[in-house]
This record gives sequence, C-alpha cells and structure tokens, in this order.
Amino acid sequence: MRHSFFSLIRNALGHHREWPPLWRDPDPKAAYDVIIIGGGGHGLATAYYLAKEQGLGRIAVVEKGWIGGGNSARNTTIVRSNYLWDASAHLYEHSLRIWEGLSRELNFNVMFSQRGVLNLAHSLHDVRDAHRRIRANDLNGIDAEWLDPTKLASYCPLLDISPEARYPILGATLQRRGGTARHDAVVWGFARAADRLGVDILQHCEVTGIPREGGKVTGVETTRGVIKAPKVAIVAAGHAGTLAAMAGFRLPLVSHPLQALVSEPMKPLLDCVVMSNAVHVYVSQSDKGELVIGAGIDPYAGYAQKGSFSIITEQMGALVSLFPRFSRLRMMRSWGGIVDTAPDASPIIGKSPVEGLYLNCGWGTGGFKATPGSGQVFAQTIARDAPHPLVVPFTLDRFTTGALVDEHGAAGVAH
Amino acid sequence: MEQPFRLKAGGRIDRTRPLRFVFDGKGYSGYAGDTLASALIANGVHLVGRSFKYHRPRGILSAGAEEPNALVQLGLEPRLVPNARATQVDLIHGLEADPVNCWPNVRRDVLAGLGLAAPLMPAGFYYKTFLASRHLWRHVFEPLIRRAAGWGRVPEDPDPDVYTHRHLHRDVVVVGAGPAGLAAALAAARTGARVALIDEGTEPGGSLLGQTRTLDGHPADQWVAEGREELSHLPEVLVLTRTTAAGLYDDGTTVVAEERLTDHLTSHGGHGPRARLWWLTSKTVILATGAHERPIVFPENDRPGIMLASAARTYALRYGALPGKRMVLFTTNSAAYESAIDLQSRGLRVEAIVDARPDPSGPHVDMAEALGIHIHKGCAVTATDGRHHLESVEIMLLSPDLRTVQAPRKLIECDLLCVSGGWSPVAHLYRHAGGQVEWNAEVRGFTPVPGPGLPRVVGSAAGTHALSQALERALTAGAEAAREAGFGDGSASSAPRVTETDALDGMDLWRVSDQPGDGGRAIGRPGHLSFVDLQNDATAADIDQAHREGLTNVEHMKRYTLTGFGTDQGKTSQVNGAVILARAVGEGPEAARLTAQRPPYTPITFGTLAGRRVGGLLDTVRETALQDIHRDLGKNGGAVFEPVGQWLRPRFYPKAGETMDRAVARECRAARQEAGLLDASTLGKIDAQGPDVVEFLERIYATPVASLPIGKVRYGLVCKDDGMLVDDGTLARLEETHFHLTTTTGNAAWTLNWMEEWLQTEWPDLRVRLTSVTEQWAVLALSGPKAREILAPLAPGMDLSVEAFPFMTWRAGAVAGIPARVFRVSFTGELSFEINVPWRYGPALWKALLAKGAPLGLTPHGTETMHVLRAEKGFILVGQETDGSVTPRDLGLGGMLKTKRDFIGKRGMARSDLQRPDRKVLVGLRTDDPAQVLPEGSPIVEAMSSARPLPMLGHVTSSYLSPMVGRVIALALVKGGRERLGQTLQVPLEDGDLAKVTVVEPVFWDPEGKRRDG
Ligand SMILES: Cc1cc2nc3c(=O)[nH]c(=O)nc-3n(C[C@H](O)[C@H](O)[C@H](O)COP(=O)(O)OP(=O)(O)OC[C@H]3O[C@@H](n4cnc5c(N)ncnc54)[C@H](O)[C@@H]3O)c2cc1C
Repeated sequence: MRHSFFSLIRNALGHHREWPPLWRDPDPKAAYDVIIIGGGGHGLATAYYLAKEQGLGRIAVVEKGWIGGGNSARNTTIVRSNYLWDASAHLYEHSLRIWEGLSRELNFNVMFSQRGVLNLAHSLHDVRDAHRRIRANDLNGIDAEWLDPTKLASYCPLLDISPEARYPILGATLQRRGGTARHDAVVWGFARAADRLGVDILQHCEVTGIPREGGKVTGVETTRGVIKAPKVAIVAAGHAGTLAAMAGFRLPLVSHPLQALVSEPMKPLLDCVVMSNAVHVYVSQSDKGELVIGAGIDPYAGYAQKGSFSIITEQMGALVSLFPRFSRLRMMRSWGGIVDTAPDASPIIGKSPVEGLYLNCGWGTGGFKATPGSGQVFAQTIARDAPHPLVVPFTLDRFTTGALVDEHGAAGVAH
Repeated sequence: MEQPFRLKAGGRIDRTRPLRFVFDGKGYSGYAGDTLASALIANGVHLVGRSFKYHRPRGILSAGAEEPNALVQLGLEPRLVPNARATQVDLIHGLEADPVNCWPNVRRDVLAGLGLAAPLMPAGFYYKTFLASRHLWRHVFEPLIRRAAGWGRVPEDPDPDVYTHRHLHRDVVVVGAGPAGLAAALAAARTGARVALIDEGTEPGGSLLGQTRTLDGHPADQWVAEGREELSHLPEVLVLTRTTAAGLYDDGTTVVAEERLTDHLTSHGGHGPRARLWWLTSKTVILATGAHERPIVFPENDRPGIMLASAARTYALRYGALPGKRMVLFTTNSAAYESAIDLQSRGLRVEAIVDARPDPSGPHVDMAEALGIHIHKGCAVTATDGRHHLESVEIMLLSPDLRTVQAPRKLIECDLLCVSGGWSPVAHLYRHAGGQVEWNAEVRGFTPVPGPGLPRVVGSAAGTHALSQALERALTAGAEAAREAGFGDGSASSAPRVTETDALDGMDLWRVSDQPGDGGRAIGRPGHLSFVDLQNDATAADIDQAHREGLTNVEHMKRYTLTGFGTDQGKTSQVNGAVILARAVGEGPEAARLTAQRPPYTPITFGTLAGRRVGGLLDTVRETALQDIHRDLGKNGGAVFEPVGQWLRPRFYPKAGETMDRAVARECRAARQEAGLLDASTLGKIDAQGPDVVEFLERIYATPVASLPIGKVRYGLVCKDDGMLVDDGTLARLEETHFHLTTTTGNAAWTLNWMEEWLQTEWPDLRVRLTSVTEQWAVLALSGPKAREILAPLAPGMDLSVEAFPFMTWRAGAVAGIPARVFRVSFTGELSFEINVPWRYGPALWKALLAKGAPLGLTPHGTETMHVLRAEKGFILVGQETDGSVTPRDLGLGGMLKTKRDFIGKRGMARSDLQRPDRKVLVGLRTDDPAQVLPEGSPIVEAMSSARPLPMLGHVTSSYLSPMVGRVIALALVKGGRERLGQTLQVPLEDGDLAKVTVVEPVFWDPEGKRRDG
C-alpha cells in the first residue's frame, strides 16, 4: 500500500485496520546472495540499494535486537555536508543530495528538515578554521556561509553573542541545506522499502560467528542458525570490532559511549541546528518540541549504552552559557549509544582482508547524515566487489598507506 | 464561596495560613501545605490542561510524580517555569500558573476541535503523508506540526537564579522516605553508618502521610514523627526532602539527586541557590521508591474528574480537599476499596463500586457493602460523559474472557471516577543501574530481579504490599546494607505491629472494550478513544495499529505511538502499553517487555545540571602572574586580550588612539630594531626526571634526546603514532636524568596527558616522573638586538657573551636579584633570552627589565606581534600551520628527525602516503599586491574557474603585513610546493576577487640566521 494523504483517508474509513506490516517478519532462509549484519540505518539502506540498484535478488539483514536499536535510533540526527576534506565533502554531499528526495523515494516521510546548521566560532583559531572550511566547501560545490555576530544575532536570536561571554561568539558558519531528520523514520522507511523489494529483515538474530573457507566467507552463524552467503557485510557500528574479530582480523576502531538528551517538549523556539566545538555542545529542536542536545564522547572505551553524568552536566553548562534563556527548561530523558571511532574520525568502507566480507563502519559520532549515501555507494561496492569511486579514500588500507582523512582538526564538532 | 471542596478539618495543611494564587487568569485561595493541584481541587477546578495531539480537556490524574496531565507554566518573568507538574508544586502566596498547550484559555481552546480529526491522525500519520515536496514539508507542514506540538513557552529572560552541586560520600543511601525507606534508614543509621535518606516530598512519610492506619497502636503520623526525631539525633545522618533521585550512575554507586531549595518559599527568588544537585556516592544503595497506581484503559478514560483511586484519597486525607461530590470507583482489586470507604467517610457520596472481578470478597468488600455502597461485580466502565468535567459513566458487564462486554448498559451520574488497575513498582533507578524487572503474577506488576552488585529494593518498589512485611524487610535491608559498609552486625530491631489492609487480591484487566462480542478487536464507538498514554494521546487502537504494522517490539511501539515518551516518561502508561502490545501478539503480561528506563526519574532543569559552571564561570580563566600589569599597560584600557585555550593572553598593547595594525607594526619594529618583551608564561612546562627519563623522552620525541649535553637546549617535535606533528617545544637538560620541557600554550595539557598515557599504560616499567610546572615559572621572552645590553646589568653574575652563553644553551643565575633559569632560544629570529623566574616574581622581573630597557626602546608586545615575527622567519605555529595531517617533513623539518632510534610516529611516517612527493608542504607566498593580506584559511588553486568541485592545491595558513619586510608575507601548505617555487598560483577571495601569489621560500627575514646572536 502506497502512503499518501488519500491512503490515510481511505484507512481512516476502515478504522486503520487495513494497514499492512511495514515489513514482514520472515524466518531465515538457508542461503542468501548477500547478508548484511546490522539492522541500523546503514545496513538497511545498503540492502535497499542492493535490491533496487544492483539487482541482487536474495538479500537478508540480520539484526541482533530490533532494527534501529543501535545508534540509528539514538543519535541527534544532524545532517550536513560541510566537511573540510574533499573526500569527506564529496561523500557527505552525495548523501545530502539523496536526503533531499528521500521521503519521496522511500514513500515514507523521514521528516528531513533543512533548517540550517550553524557551527560557532569562539576564538581566532576557530574563525580561521571556519573560514578555511567554508572556502573549501565553496570550491567543492557545497553551500556555506559565514555569519558575523550581527548576522548571527538575527539568524538565531536566542544565542548570547555578548563579547563579555567566557568564550565569546565571533561568528558562525552556516549550511542552509543542512538540518535534521527523524531517525526512526529513516530506519523504518528503508526497512519498508527494502522489504517491498524482497529483502528479508531478520530481527532478534545475532551473529555469533563468521565462518570462512580458504580465506573466503561462507555465511554467518546466528542465534537463529547458520545462514549461508558468498557475500557478507559488517554494518554494525559500535560492534564492528567484535564482528571483525569473529572473522579473524582487527579493526583500528575504538568503541566509546556517546550520550544525548532531550528537554521537555516546548513550543517552537529554535529553528536551526547550533553546534559549538569550543564549549562543546550542540542543539536543535525536534518537531515534537524537544530540544535535542549532545556533546562529546566519554573518554573511556566501552560497550554499555550509557555514559557518565559529568559529561551531561558539562554540556548543560555550555548550553546555558550559549542560551541563557534555556536555564529553566528541563532535561526529560538521556541515553547513550556506542560509537565506533577511527583514529582519523572518518568511516571505513570497502573490502576487508577476508574475501567476500565487506566493511561499513567507523562512522563514530557522525554517520547518521551519511545513511542514504553510504548505503548507496556501499551497495555498489559489494555488488561489484570493487570500491565505489566515492569510497576509495575510505578503504581499510588507508591505515597501511597513511592516507588518512583526518576530520578532527577543522571539521567542527564531528556530528 | 472560597474553596467549596475543602473539608472543614483534617489534612496536613495549615488553615491558619491562607494563600492567594492565580490559575488561568483567575484568583483562588488555598492553604500552606497545599500543592497547586490540591488547592485547585479544593476550589473545584478540574479542567487544568489540554492534551498533546487532540487538545482534549484534561484533569488531574494523580497526586505525585507520575502526573501525565496537569502541566502548568509557573510564575512570572524572569522566574518563569515551564511544564511544572501541578501535583508537585508547593503552593506559595502569589503563585501564578497557567495551563499549557491551549489558547486563549483552557476552556475555550481554539484547537479543541482537533479531536474530531483523530481518525486522520492515527499513530505515525505524519510518516505517511506530506511526502510531495521537501519545501512544502519544511515551510508548511512542519511548521504547522511544530506549532501544534510542545507544551510550555521558553522564558524570555535569562535565569536570575544560581544553582550548585554538592558531592558527598555515604555508607548507605536510601531513596524514598515512605515507611520502608524510613525503616531502612533507621536500621542503617542506628549502626553508626553515614546515611542519607532522600525523598521528593515535602516531608518524610510517603504513603503514610494522611492515612488511617495505626502502627503499634498509634496513628501512622506519629510513627513517622518519631522516626524523623530519632534520625535527627543520630550523628552522620542526612535527611533531604524536596529532593528527587534522578538517576543511579557509575555502576549503581552514585545517586544523582536534585534538591529544590527555594521554590516553596517565595515566587521572587530566594537567597542562595534555587536548587542543588547532589552526587551521593555510597557503598550501598537502598531503593524504597514505592509504587504507582495504574489506570485502566477503557473508552473515554481521559476526562477531567477521572483520577487514580489512591490520589483521590490522598487529596481528601492529606490535603482535606474533596475531588468531587459523587463518585464511582472502578477497580480490579480490593485495596482501592479503602479509597472509597475513606472518601465516603469524608462526606463524598460513593454512587457505586464497579469491580471487574466477578466475585470480589474480603474485609473491605464487606465493609463497603455494610456502608451501603452498591458494588457492580464483574463490570467495567465502558464510556464516560461530560464536556469539561465528568458527568456520568456508563458501565456494562464484562464477558468471562474479559475481551468483550455484555449489555445492558447502565448510566451512573457522578463527578468523580476513581480508577485502580493495580500497582506498578517504581524501579527506575534499579534499571538505570542495569537491573532487570519481570512480571510478578502475585503482585500484578513488574518487580526487580535481584542480582549481584545491584541496589537493594524494599517496600512496594519490591512488590511487598503488606506494610508489616515491608517494614520488617526494610529494617533488615538497612541493617545489612550498613554491615556491608562496615557497620553493625546486620541484625535489626523488630518491626512495629500494624493494621493490615487487604491483600493484593486483584485481577488483570488491561483494556476494556465497549462493543459487545467484538472478539476484543473493538474499534470502539466513533470518537471513543481508550487512552494508554494520556500525555501523548496514545490510544489502545494506536498500539493495535503498531502491532498490525509489524512494530511488535515494545521499543518500536513506543517510538511509533509515543507511548511513554512524555515528560512523565510513561509512569502510568508504560506497563499498560507493554501488556496491551503483548496481548495483541497473543501473549500474556509475563511475555511483555518494558522499554528501557532512561534517566532522569523526573525532569531536572538545565540550570541545576549546569550548576555554577555557566556564563563567566563556564571555564576557569587562567591568568599569568603579570595579568594586572597587562591590564594597566598603556592606561588606555591596557592590552587587548585574546583567548588562547583557557588563558587570556595580551594580543597587542595599543597606545591611545592606535589601531591594531599600527600597534602591531610599532611592536614588530621595536622587537627587530631595539628589543621586545613578551609574557610567555603560558607556554606549557613539564619537569621530567627519573632514571629512565632519557629512554622515555627518546620514545616520545621525534627528535634526538640522548645526545643533548647538560646545559644545552634543543628544539623538539612530538608526533602521534600516525606520524603527524602534534606539538613542538624545547627540551633543556638540567642534569643527567632531569629535563625541563616546554610545549605550546594550547596543547600543554594534551601533551602532558599524552606522555602520561604512554607512561602509565604502555611503559609502566619506565621510572620517570612528569610534573606540570607551567604555573611555577613565569617566563619573559626578551628579544631583539639590544637584548643583551638590557639584560647584562640585571644579571651581573652571568656572562652573556656569545662564547660563554651560546645559542640553544641555558644558564642558571640571578636576574634582577631573582633566582632564574635563562634559556637562549628564539622564536623571533633575534637575539633572545627566555628568562624563567618563580611565578610570583614575574611582575618584579617585568618591571626591572622595562626599567632598564625602556630607555633603550624595549617595547612589550603581544601574541599578534609574536605571530608576525615568527612567520617572517618561517617558524611554524602548531595548530595554524598544522591540522593533524602534516608531518615534520611536510614542514621542512625532516632533517631534525631521528633516523636510527625508534620513536612514536616513526612507523607512521614510513607509510607510503607520507612519502609521496606531491604532499602538501610548507612554502611562502608572495602576493602580487604587496598590501593584500590573504584571509587565513583561503584555498589555493591553479586557476580559478566556475567548475565545481574545483581541485585545491592547498591553503593559506598565515598571512600578515610585515612592517620590516615592507609587504605582505604569507605561509601556505601547497601540494608539491617545493617543486612549485616560482610558480604563480591563485587565491580566490570571498568577494569573488582573485589574489595572485608566487610560491617562495617560507623565510622572509634574515634567511641566513645572522641576527640570532645579536
Ligand atoms: C548520541 C549520539 C548522537 C549522534 N549524533 C549524530 C548526529 O547528530 N549526526 C550524525 O550524522 N550522526 C550522529 N551519530 C552517529 C550515528 O548515529 C551513527 O553513525 C549511525 O547511526 C550509524 O548507523 P549504523 O547503521 O552504522 O549503526 P547502528 O544504527 O548502530 O546499527 C548497527 C546495528 O548492528 C547491530 N549489531 C551489532 N552486532 C550485531 C551482531 N553480532 N549481530 C547482528 N546485529 C548486530 C546492532 O544491534 C545495531 O542495530 C550519533 C550517535 C550517537 C550515539
């Protein structure tokens, strides 16, 4: 059933009893052409594009819990493409262009809202880096603007731009095409669309082993039995390292807790995304009215989906300093995810040391925005057994050659 | 009439202290001891808000933290508080409160009609429509949804209040001061253990406050009072009220709690902090957080006048306010009969008890019957009526399988419907700590599953319903917790004798259908919605739909229907929602899974979370010993400062009327022609010593260390394992196994951490001690051709000649009578002495140098001049010429790298990409236009065009107008830059212009280095 206003009316007449499942709940088949490990946004998008654009027939996504239950449903949903380095800029911009038509493509409203993303500059150093980034964005065909404090004050009046602030705001970069989306809808939209194309989504199916023969992958061992496939892809974010270990190799990734929180729902007050690296906090307002707020990772490594309270108090200090009027709003809910961070804060996409086994991980604190683009280029990479041109810079062997794409330096907060 | 629903006597309110307040623009009165909710009820006000999605009229459901409906905007600017729960707001004189999510007021809300559109707004409707255009979504539909959504308004003004944090260590922390918590705290405290007892209420006592029970033959109040009295005499006991435990952190050892200090005192702000955030770290934690009564899901269960049975009783008994005149009780258990009986005895007329059980029995049932209350057995409420307030309920007979109902319908007029569907233990904190809960058929709720390392849970939070048992177990838990923490022998005194209530002999009734024989798949009568989550307007039909659409995992259902997503975090809806979903799947409550419990228990203000660390106190401001001097200098407001990390450094020292450019030009000229003076105290300084210090430093630094003789200084590079430069500085060998290291200002802490991380985690065998001495040594950099002439008279004991004190050496001695270490290093290219003296002597040294030097032209300069001077020499600035992707070789520093010895980054550098000939390397740029300062960060291209993407060759890292060179200079990182020397490239500017530049050597001043010896 296609979604539209008319289908809504038609179903209202039927008391909403006719809606079909968004996706089926099939039993695992004995074998598939491709198995995707990880039912997050990236895994589901990969499956969708494999089925849609690569013409592969038998595809399964195996997910240990409920789809989206990893970082996809825990992130602060900032979407932007104004990265510094060419390789990143091209990949994220490719993704942003898909975002712009994604609701229609999936026939599911992912609530992509291009409300603009601000990255604040608080020091001369920040200003220099911001300038460098927007100029590079410009030459890469990515929209980017510099707002001086006066322009900033009219664009986002809630910000405290007084020069007496502890870390005064000297200006900000703005990407107007950036914004937010509804994370669950992205997961569900891709799942539904993939399912329509015949992809089996297998929930509560945890991969426990990755069998190989003669250096080639043969499938996966799961809590729902062994499933065969000549091609397997690890798209498991914080758990990518443990899955690689099952296949006998190590990844240069460290998994850290990353927390986020929301305020109580408020009437509209903030109509853009604001990020500050220097005082370390970022915020936007969801369509439900909650302020969605995040900051940095917990410094230690871990697999528990929770972090330290001190991180939260620090980020609220930063937030209230930027927005003094927010002091009396309340934190309603906080949570954590596990982010897989690579030494250069860039993703790893492409082949692995095991034949037939592919990697899509290392998105760390900032991969939500890449979901559709990553899925698309990764699908092609798997289907052709050769990296898509956009992911060539992001292959695993960059750690051997040293050709890193280090986005720590000048990319603003890495979300 | 004032407070028409107030009882003449009774309750824990102070009738001698009447208070005036305003709600929704109308004045009312209440009493000290009231909550806003109880005062509203005493005034007969039940319509207090509008629901989230359909804007349906809503009333007060509960008397506590679980309240989903009664959200109000409190107070006036600047102390406005959005989204306060009226059930937990202490009434104060002059309180102003407004309902939220309605306009112009709660009775006449313009969006009230939205409920009619409910059929078009099922769960997740917004995912299925508004698909046509992203612009329409962004500019039309999304703004509409956003405007309809959300509760309160953000205050207009900044918060005038302050908030604090306090950290405290305890042996035992008890959360919840109801009977179980109080008993546990008493038992633990009697052993001498340090105990904290915290409760969100205004006073300890919990469910015992305003009850008719007796303990040891005395009224419950008395037992509470005695317990409080005893605790107040025990040493080391902290009792905190109005304090809500928000979360349990750090593996269950730290209770984070918010204490509200002044909200109950005045509406215009108190003295001292408004709230305090406690971090209570303890050896053992006991949770006595009680249970919340569960509503029943039936059609139209959301009207004002529908209330939890225990809440109605609390309002009558604790606050002396009757929530109605004629009531019906709809229950699944006998415990709720107590409410009906107590309310009847307070003058409320109980029209009927609608008991879902076909055959209820027990003392309370008998008592109710004896009182003449009519009990409709095996029945359920199937509809309600009344526009802004309940007027009647409809009841029908439940079919034996409970899934349908049977005629006839019976209407009962009433203005209060009390509901009880059983009790849900409060296990939020338990679950924060990783504890699990599971369905407990006896308790008919989800109770904690004990596990190692998890907090103890007592009282109704553990599902213990009988008071005597709860007290007994709590006393034992308290004593055992104390013993675990090292106090007492674990034995506890015996519990008081109590009058028991009925056992929890309830039944499960998860959802009432209003249609006979519909097999439980009832659609319901048109417009009759059965709400599960009152705050988010999530209905049972929404859950059905989620199930139908395959969202059968409870987390999916939650996200799709928004059940449990509200400010109450589903305290009254989580269990009902989970079980209704399980039943849709065809399973019972035992198969139901609850969604994750996320902190905080109740929302906490951002201000409280931030504590003192906001605004000017957000981060420490570090100042050198000379800060006052910098401020005074020039008397025209002093230096202009620049934040560098946590420091505020002088950027330049303008004279009256001087622009930055002119000031910097003057400072630069002085430094090159006479002498300049820079406060370099912010440089990171590390004292490194120990038998293995040389080995350690060799591994850390990419540059050689062992060969450095005592008395000499060397420039050092620190790389990360990927081979990229991260910091630079100097190493001075003080003794055989003792070094003085410097780092950049911005990376000082990072570099010390980096060294410590290697030392502690990778090479714990190395005997090395690292100590930050940044704030032990004040550093003044005296540099310029006249430096020696200025310093000599101040350091008579020091031979400053080139031969005796050559470049890159250091000497100890007295300068201006102050013990000093003097380093002959230079960041300007001029003859230069970096004089280190104990921090507090910094100002004295500065004054002495200026006193001698000023007549010779010695001029203080700031960071801007320093940057120009070093750029003229082609010296890099870490963080400006580097960005984590630049190796020492890229910067032309390859010659300094060790070739044989191993060091961090050596393997990284050996990788093919770092050997590529066309890497971006440091070069100088000569602008065609000598006055064209290039904006730093600007890209460099071969030839500008409109093609996108346009390949970039690199970027401008530094660019200044150099007064000595007489033109603009610039440094840049350019692809294959050494091969491009002499080439002309382009720098596109923001305004669309182009700057033409020629690639040159990156040294613009004294390329031969003749000036460094003076
Ligand atoms: C708090 C937070 C805030 C963030 N904010 C942003 C932001 O604002 N913008 C942005 O772009 N990015 C953000 N991110 C990052 C973003 O969420 C992730 O990069 C992205 O969602 C990753 O998607 P994924 O599909 O790769 O991973 P996930 O969604 O985590 O999916 C991986 C899936 O693999 C499954 N899995 C793991 N092991 C196994 C196994 N053995 N067998 C089967 N299945 C397995 C997991 O259960 C999980 O569902 C944030 C992340 C967090 C935690």
